[in-house]
Amino acid sequence: MNLLPLLTLLLALSAAGYALGRRRAIRLVAHPRQLGSLPGYYGSWILLWCLLPSCLALGAWLALEGTVVDGMVAAGLPPEIQELPAERVGLFLNDAQNLATGNIVSGEVDATLRAAADRYLDLRQRGRWARSILIVLLTLGGAAIGYRLISRRLRAMRRVEAAFKGILLAASTIAIFTTVGIVLSLLFEALRFFQAVPITEFLFGLEWSPQTALRADQVGSSGSFGAVPLFAGTLLISAIAMAVAVPIGLLAAIYLAEYAAARVRTVAKPLVEILAGVPTVVYGFFAALTVAPAVRGFGDRLGLDVSSESALVAGCVMGVMIIPFVSSISDDVITAVPQGLREASYGLGATQSETIRKVVFPAALPGIVGGILLAVSRAIGETMIVVMAAGLSANLTANPLEAVTTVTVQIVTLLVGDLEFDSPKTLSAFALGLVLFAVTLALNVIALKVVRRYREQYE
Amino acid sequence: MSRPGGHPALGTEAVAARLRGRYRAERRFRVACLTAVVVAVGFLAVLFASIVAKGHSAFRQTHLGLEIHFDPEVLDPAGTHDPEALAQANYNSLVRGALAQLFPEVTGRSELRELYDLVSNSAAFDLQNLVTAEPSLVGASRHLWLLASDDADMLFKGAIPRAVPEAERRVSDRQIAWLDALAGQGRLELRFHTRFFTSGDSREPEMAGIWGAVKGSFYTMLVTLVLAFPLGVATAVYLEEFAPRNRLTDVIEVNINNLAAVPSIVFGLLGLAVFLNFFGMPRSAPLVGGMVLSLITLPRIIIPARAALTGVPPSIREAAYGLGASPMQVVFHHVLPLALPGILTGTIIGMSQALGESAPLLMIGMVAFIVDVPQGIFDPATVLPVQVYLWADSPERAFVEKTSAAILVLLGFLMVMNLAAVVLRRRAERRW
Repeated sequence: MNLLPLLTLLLALSAAGYALGRRRAIRLVAHPRQLGSLPGYYGSWILLWCLLPSCLALGAWLALEGTVVDGMVAAGLPPEIQELPAERVGLFLNDAQNLATGNIVSGEVDATLRAAADRYLDLRQRGRWARSILIVLLTLGGAAIGYRLISRRLRAMRRVEAAFKGILLAASTIAIFTTVGIVLSLLFEALRFFQAVPITEFLFGLEWSPQTALRADQVGSSGSFGAVPLFAGTLLISAIAMAVAVPIGLLAAIYLAEYAAARVRTVAKPLVEILAGVPTVVYGFFAALTVAPAVRGFGDRLGLDVSSESALVAGCVMGVMIIPFVSSISDDVITAVPQGLREASYGLGATQSETIRKVVFPAALPGIVGGILLAVSRAIGETMIVVMAAGLSANLTANPLEAVTTVTVQIVTLLVGDLEFDSPKTLSAFALGLVLFAVTLALNVIALKVVRRYREQYE
Repeated sequence: MSRPGGHPALGTEAVAARLRGRYRAERRFRVACLTAVVVAVGFLAVLFASIVAKGHSAFRQTHLGLEIHFDPEVLDPAGTHDPEALAQANYNSLVRGALAQLFPEVTGRSELRELYDLVSNSAAFDLQNLVTAEPSLVGASRHLWLLASDDADMLFKGAIPRAVPEAERRVSDRQIAWLDALAGQGRLELRFHTRFFTSGDSREPEMAGIWGAVKGSFYTMLVTLVLAFPLGVATAVYLEEFAPRNRLTDVIEVNINNLAAVPSIVFGLLGLAVFLNFFGMPRSAPLVGGMVLSLITLPRIIIPARAALTGVPPSIREAAYGLGASPMQVVFHHVLPLALPGILTGTIIGMSQALGESAPLLMIGMVAFIVDVPQGIFDPATVLPVQVYLWADSPERAFVEKTSAAILVLLGFLMVMNLAAVVLRRRAERRW
């Protein structure tokens, strides 16, 4: 049975279980008021007994099926194939799978491949049946246990609510699992990378050219993985972005919070925030096809040689994207400064701008700094704008008119397309990802610390 | 500001001058602040104007009006009316015949090829579909509007400059002359480009459409919503209503806040390493894309959902408890329904951000060139923003306007979602 009919059957059985539990509870006593809980809770009791075990089993089955079937097919292969190196076996299995599902196969189809594909089909077919039978049995068995446990003394409400609470708790631990998953997957692949390339070379090497040799006898493409040019490029572009975003965002926030009339504010604030809602591919397209040619033409007229993938263009457009992050956080912080401070300043004869610069701004500074740090982490992790508008070759330069590349650009170029999962080229993307994750996490933590520690306590 | 006694000669004039300076500074600062707002809004206007200017022309495509004679000699030489034979016939030669008839002076082989290049490859498919739907057409003649090729389209729309030397443009002088002749006869026309909305991707710009990407986006968003909404609401409810203050709760909260700040591409790496490599899920499938996006969207749903739950006053809970409701009944019968508009607003905004997300999807292979329109969450697919990325990379001039048009469609969806969120928020604003 396929997945969808199976799920439908599961739900139908559970619904029947609910009705059954309700009826049994009502039949148990002369009047429903004599029950410890509402009859519906006895129904939910059986429903949980039906759904929980079978859903857990189904999830585990779906997660493990691929690996187990691969292992079984691999174990059944003729010895001459099993003796091949691991990646060749993997390739063979991949071909067999493609043959089984009717896709294009990379090599010639011979008898062993055909046999393996048939075994795949056979195992999958049997797996589907075994899965369906297991799930139905678990559902029915669960219903039977639940049914037998229903008695006048069963405190159905308490049990059902405890189970619900457990489900809610389980849902909220997803966040932890996600973080653990990110850290483990990045760390695991990055460690494999550091076995091939020493970590010091990665962090301090000055040359980045990840093309590794396809054959052992190839010359000139040993690959070098010094990530300093990428870090420098990322910093350069982020710095340009912040140079655009911080002044504009901050001044705009001051205008909206301090000067603007209420009507102007209700129009202008959402307008500025739309900039954050525009998808980053759109900015990338805009940067590559509108801004870059314009800047290049302008540079030509000034006699400057501007690269068509210059850091300046990518940085400026990214800065525009970040304006609303800076402005909305600053706006919130500035509005939160108590009115009394302003009035005291006016009372001393200060003008509005003097009040803003000498009283409001210092009071709001910690929050603004925190917001800027968050914006920096945003800029470092931004991908699409730089993929479309920044360069691919790793230049170690501080000249904003030249093309530089960034960490995120390299991750994308390394991982898009055909992958072999044991070459340092592919694995290096995970090492870069690890650096990216660590840096943005650190910035985030520092930002929160700054905000917390230096927040003035008013009132 | 002046120190008393510091300047014995400090008269009212000096004070007035200083005051004028301070007022000037005040004006300067104010103008600077206003300029910042104007610049920010101006960027937005330039961005939208440039996309609309580039993209609006893509909704109308150049069509060639041709007299097509459905020659039985070509389509059905045996005269069997067998539908299979009809489907396999050479429809290209019908189109070519019609074109050659208009320009009888064209004879050379390469010249003829240039002439035929004015019509899109899709014309033959369109004729085939017509005949399949209506076999009685064989033997008849019809005046039909067929898609012109992308180069002819670009020239007709004026996107290819005629002044540059022949070698530097994609249409030859001869082709320009033919197109001008056709235009003079009223045989070239801009007509609404339905194919752009109904077909999948293609290497030929005039045949490429966004339907595949729209459906891919739909399936991906469906998976994201189905996973992220219940999980997000459950987490928010647990943390706000049930969680005891302990280590575990703190860890969960810190994790959620940090995940909200992790760059989306890192989630793509997670999807690649865990979902694809460890669990062996299919590449390029909306299922995996939706799973990755749901992890990104979770914190974006949880944080506003918690705010909405805190917004429900304690008196509601106390009243429900007072009437004998159990903790679950209090939450699910009373608190959650009241918080729902706020939760939905957060969800819609989170989903609209997920709809614009492309970087993590590049990692899990949703960037392949896929012609077929996906039929389910397991089929290889791409999504709208990734389609934009793919088209933006294509060298053909005609893809620039397709890309901009796809962006317009994407922005349209986002605008509808955000308007819905605004409306919901208005209704959710309730004074207690």
